[in-house]
Amino acid sequence: MTGLVDIVLGGTFHAAILFLVAAGLQLVFGVQKIVNLACGSFYALGAYFGITAVAVAVKFGLPPVLFFPVLILAGLVIGLVGLPIERVLRTVYRRDESYQLLLTFGLLLMFQDVFRFTWGATPRTMDNAYMVYGTAQVMGVQVPTYNLLVIAASIGIALALGLFLQRTKMGRIVRATAENRDMAEGLGVNASKIFALVFTVGCMLGTVGGALVVPSSAASLDMAVELVVEAFAVVVIGGLGSMRGALAGALIVGLMRAASISIMPEMELLSVYLVVVAALILRPAGLFGKVAT
Amino acid sequence: MSEQSLDLSLTTPVKRTWPRVKGVWVLIGLIAVMALMPLVASPYALLLLVPFIGYAIALFGFNLLFGTTGLLSFGHALFLGVGAYTASTLTSKFGILSFELIVLTSAVVSALVAVIIGVLCVRYTRIFFGMLTLAFGMLFHSFLFKFYSVTGGDQGMRVLRPLLLGMEWRGGKTAFLTGPFYYYVLALLALLGVAMWRITQSPFGLHLKAIRENAGKAAYVGVQIFRMRLAAFVISAVYGGIGGTILAVTTGLADPELAYWTHSGNLVFMAVLGGSGTFIGPAVGALAFVLLQDFVMAITQYWRFVMGGVLVLLVIFLPQGLSGAVEMLWSRKGGDK
Repeated sequence: MTGLVDIVLGGTFHAAILFLVAAGLQLVFGVQKIVNLACGSFYALGAYFGITAVAVAVKFGLPPVLFFPVLILAGLVIGLVGLPIERVLRTVYRRDESYQLLLTFGLLLMFQDVFRFTWGATPRTMDNAYMVYGTAQVMGVQVPTYNLLVIAASIGIALALGLFLQRTKMGRIVRATAENRDMAEGLGVNASKIFALVFTVGCMLGTVGGALVVPSSAASLDMAVELVVEAFAVVVIGGLGSMRGALAGALIVGLMRAASISIMPEMELLSVYLVVVAALILRPAGLFGKVAT
Repeated sequence: MSEQSLDLSLTTPVKRTWPRVKGVWVLIGLIAVMALMPLVASPYALLLLVPFIGYAIALFGFNLLFGTTGLLSFGHALFLGVGAYTASTLTSKFGILSFELIVLTSAVVSALVAVIIGVLCVRYTRIFFGMLTLAFGMLFHSFLFKFYSVTGGDQGMRVLRPLLLGMEWRGGKTAFLTGPFYYYVLALLALLGVAMWRITQSPFGLHLKAIRENAGKAAYVGVQIFRMRLAAFVISAVYGGIGGTILAVTTGLADPELAYWTHSGNLVFMAVLGGSGTFIGPAVGALAFVLLQDFVMAITQYWRFVMGGVLVLLVIFLPQGLSGAVEMLWSRKGGDK
């Protein structure tokens, strides 16, 4: 029983992070029709920047207990790099997908060396911030309270995003642009602005995800390319372009990984890809996807 | 060269006023030059050319899928991995050293793997095909990475020096790679390159181009889309496997990084760098990539930044790649006259 709770909690924590990055990927794909390989770089960027931000904040006398909001803030601030990057991506919106993939692949490569240059090649960790909030008892299992905070934050962000897209005027405009860009423009929507907004929000989701993960694990140069494939797995399972798909996919991937780590470690990633392949055979469009052709 | 031009990005086709040079002649010229290279080039340069030959073969296959059929695989490194691990398993586990046998086995194994994956993948096109192939590539990579007992995990597996034409070659590793092995794989490149030229010019190649241009219309006039795409996928996998075998023999090691998705990304990079719309483009791209990477790595540790920057600029300003640029220069010259 405790083993199961352990798996569920660990998996949900991982899923909470994965959801944020995958939601960014889905948002950008849904509106701009670009599969952004650089989402992993945003995630790594958030992680590295989060470490620096908390270190600076602590130096200026911030009580360690407040590092959680600092991390979220750091993620949101550094997410603004999405704006200039969107300007670069703008050149390929109407081009073939292979060029869009390649462009973001190029960005991914460049980011990796930006990290190497700024933060060095050795993995960076955040010292003893993880346990500031202590641990909590959940059904007889000790978990770091921080993990629960992250899960709560991720749920909060998911709800906020859902409300924004479904209930606000801006959200409606974003959805309309996603549905049919030309028609939306015909009705007076400034699509360029919407694209810039959506990409920046998508980027922020990634950077916040990275910032939130870093107290529990190190920031390293490989984290970007490793996360990309996991985020891909999430969106393929959930269905490309669907937010609910991102949620379901993140939970499946997170739980699957947690389960295989404790049952059969060598299957850790293999199990994820097996689910991906199975999902594609059984439900080609993903759980919540539209048509895949 | 223009038969296969893939106008993905140019809205108006480039006027071609210069005499058409067939891709196969460019290939033969390139091979002739390379055959003379050992007379003038340093062993170091030759050592760079051997992996180039491996990549060039793999890219001929890759481009049958990408340039000719219009399917972008983002997991093609999988087959390079299959070829490399076939070579290492045969040489270090079974003691089979005949290179002909290794290449044949790689081709067969790659084809078998490709049939299974292809049946599942080729129903999809565009981004879905790319993501699916990426998933399969990573599936294979995590298998290589985690199952130490079979694959050696992150250590990889050694590839022993093979026998060429049943003969054992003595001497240092460099002497072997730049001497007999160089000529052997160059001959292989010539053979497979000409074969690929024949394939793209055959009715089968025309079917593939028709599918690329408009799958619906192609199906209407009787092209068996699924079968044709699958065949293209399998052929490209065979080329990939053979290329991977050559790479593995060159480094003496089959390691999981060969199958990692960023390696697949590099293959796409090479194809676009040279120009996927032409027959010879991807091979030229492989050469440019290998030389560029070596050059940049020598001057800075931040070579990924430079390569990534080159890729970004290439995509934005020169989507037709190097061969596209040459073609444009030529046609401009022709226009002046």
